[in-house]
Amino acid sequence: MFGYYLDLALRSLKRNKVLTALMVLAIALGIGTSMTTLTVMHVLSGDPIPGKSAQLFRVRMNVYPDDSFRQGDKVPDNLTRRDAEALLLAGQADRQAAMSAGAMVVVSAKGEPLRVATRYTGADFFPMFDAPMRYGAAWRREDDAGRARVAVISDALNEQLFGGADSVGQTLRVGDQSLRIVGVLGDWSMNPRFYDLSNGQFGDSEQVFVPLSTALDLKLSTSGSTSCWGNAPDPRAADAPCIWLQYWAELGTPAKAAAYRQYLQNYIALQQQGGRFTHDGQAGLLDVMQWLDAKGVVPADVRLQTWLALGFLGICLLNTVGLLLAKFLRRSGEIGVRRALGASRRAIFVQCLVEAGVVGIAGGAFGLALAALGLVLVRHQPTDYGAYVHMDLRMLLATFVLALASSLLAGLLPAWRAMHVAPAVALKSN
Amino acid sequence: MQTGLILAALRKHRLATLLIALEIALACAVLCNACFLIAHRMGLTRVDSGVDESALAVFKIDGFEAAQAGDLNARMLAGLRAVPGMQSASVVNTAPFGLPTGNAGINLDREGKRFGGVVGLYLDGPGSFEALGLRLVAGRAPQTGDFQPMVGFAPKDSQVVVSHTLAEHLWPGQDPLGKEFWSGDYHFRVIGVVAHMARPGAGEGGTGTIEWSVFVPTQPGPNLVGTYLLRAAPQDLPRVLRDAKAAIARAVPDVVIDHENSRTLGDLRERYFRSDRVMASLLVGVVAALLGVTALGIVGLASFWVQQRRRQIGIRRAIGATRGDILRYFQTENFLIVTFGIALGMLLAFALNAMLMRFYELPHLPLAYLPAGALALWGLGQVAVLGPALRAAAVPPVVATRSG
Repeated sequence: MFGYYLDLALRSLKRNKVLTALMVLAIALGIGTSMTTLTVMHVLSGDPIPGKSAQLFRVRMNVYPDDSFRQGDKVPDNLTRRDAEALLLAGQADRQAAMSAGAMVVVSAKGEPLRVATRYTGADFFPMFDAPMRYGAAWRREDDAGRARVAVISDALNEQLFGGADSVGQTLRVGDQSLRIVGVLGDWSMNPRFYDLSNGQFGDSEQVFVPLSTALDLKLSTSGSTSCWGNAPDPRAADAPCIWLQYWAELGTPAKAAAYRQYLQNYIALQQQGGRFTHDGQAGLLDVMQWLDAKGVVPADVRLQTWLALGFLGICLLNTVGLLLAKFLRRSGEIGVRRALGASRRAIFVQCLVEAGVVGIAGGAFGLALAALGLVLVRHQPTDYGAYVHMDLRMLLATFVLALASSLLAGLLPAWRAMHVAPAVALKSN
Repeated sequence: MQTGLILAALRKHRLATLLIALEIALACAVLCNACFLIAHRMGLTRVDSGVDESALAVFKIDGFEAAQAGDLNARMLAGLRAVPGMQSASVVNTAPFGLPTGNAGINLDREGKRFGGVVGLYLDGPGSFEALGLRLVAGRAPQTGDFQPMVGFAPKDSQVVVSHTLAEHLWPGQDPLGKEFWSGDYHFRVIGVVAHMARPGAGEGGTGTIEWSVFVPTQPGPNLVGTYLLRAAPQDLPRVLRDAKAAIARAVPDVVIDHENSRTLGDLRERYFRSDRVMASLLVGVVAALLGVTALGIVGLASFWVQQRRRQIGIRRAIGATRGDILRYFQTENFLIVTFGIALGMLLAFALNAMLMRFYELPHLPLAYLPAGALALWGLGQVAVLGPALRAAAVPPVVATRSG
């Protein structure tokens, strides 16, 4: 029966090519724009570290003294060096790392100074964020404690400086200091770069990784947001009243997460007893997806574009409803004959929906091409996320599902009207 | 005279009429809001920075130790000033549309009880005030003695110049000269007011705060080094900047020039508003596609109706209606349907605007957009229906005598 309806639908669509083309075009435009923006949304709101995103937690607390604390303020994202070092020392999580972004100038093989992005962090960083090593290995926790002059460099920098050879053991000159390369990262980038959203949310990974303790010792330059209260001649000093360090903890099970939350509460209580502040400290954990959500990684513009595109799809659908209605009712005579020959209302309804569905599939295929074109445009836009936007299999399937669903939805009302055509009247008026 | 007839006919096609009207309504709502968004975005990009943008460039370097600041600033300034065509070079922390450094929350009292907002601080060295070309409307410009060394993130006690907008925000209706504000232990006293001064990283905190900026005269030193403001005649500026890069690479080879952020203010402004322009052009595309689809819908349905009514048209023609009558019939019909749509669309437009306002920083939709949107849709409807209506008018009276 379905085959027969399909045949009828194709014949009917062929009979009025202009109307058919208009419907397919309307659906294709709506689907094309919607899928372009939905793909961008899908990429931007995707899980950057699937499988681990529920075990990695951003640790936040508010340690502002009472006179700088305003009830209702947002919880600061970063910690003071004092608190970060206390948490690191306690080591209550499976793994933990405090970190900051920075920049340094290294000298290339050709003797040219190169400005590279850096990350100052701890040994746990690499296993925590699943960073694979091409050569060598990450530094060890003892190196953190010993402020070892070591570094891990990215694959790209290794290519640039050493032509891709195993550079473990080589030296990296930074000003008048030198760092020994202990590892070269493999292919690794997190997009969005959730572990530090304050220095560009999308992009390649940093090129040099240095123990935080070493970076502080060498006074390497840091970047990122720093908020201080009171007098802070050196915001990086051990006891400076400045929040600037990002802190991540890996907690393998919900029970461990609960225990860590309790530990943070106890830590805050200790601070209160120590007279640092009297407010509640707002200590808490956010897992990766909660953290991305809280930071609003999906730009407001992209959300707006998505709403616009969906509104546009709605208009295209209304358009299709009108055209389908015109098409079906024009065939009142034909429907009357079929009804008179014994076709049930249901059969007419299904036949009409099959025709709508065919329009939808055609619109989906054409819309997919438009979406591919749209994504090329998105990639050429000067946004930091543009390069990472691509259509995956799920979105490809989603395109056809959306096209089919919306065309069937658009076909419901016209099909309903068509099945209620009174056979006698339709036949007589012909 | 035909209106009654048309309405009676439309009543027979309630569903199709409703669909077209709904489509027009949605189109009206989206059209008005999209045009408003475009105008709003383009308005943002036209903000008056208050400085001589065409004559200014920023020069930024990296890869030095803060300890060598004094010597480095002197070498850099000497190197930059030696470039032919350079009118002035000064040490600054940033420039309008440059990197947003030095945002500070300020209070209007020493105790920190009256919060004034988060403002942008220009911590700029001697010569920069004149180079920027800020237009003073009250008080005086900073003088040599006002430039204080940094202690931490700013001088401890500064004599500052604020923008008119910020002065009005902090002390509405009062004379801002001599007024004071604090940020933590840091104390600032207003000595002058300029007409316009966009903050570095303008627009942070929304359009309303785009001019919340303070010029803090600052002595270059360990915390103020590495970023320089260059001034040259506008036609020389690109060459002067290029020459400056070459000159510094020779004269101060131990630093790295940050090419990404060493640009003319025109370039920086272009880069700063790029996403707004992209969004605006995207919206223009949406509006065009929207109008196109709506027109296609009208064409499709009108063609269908014309074909369906061929006999009736023939009869009308046979009993005396002119081609013009038939043409006007379809034109009036379209006008009526579009009018229904617009009436509903205006309500929808306001609803959509209210929704957008909840999620985005947007003002109310100005009323002027509604008649403009209505005119556009009426025009669109008439253009779209013209083809089918002409075909209807061409139906010969003889059709009336044929069956089916």
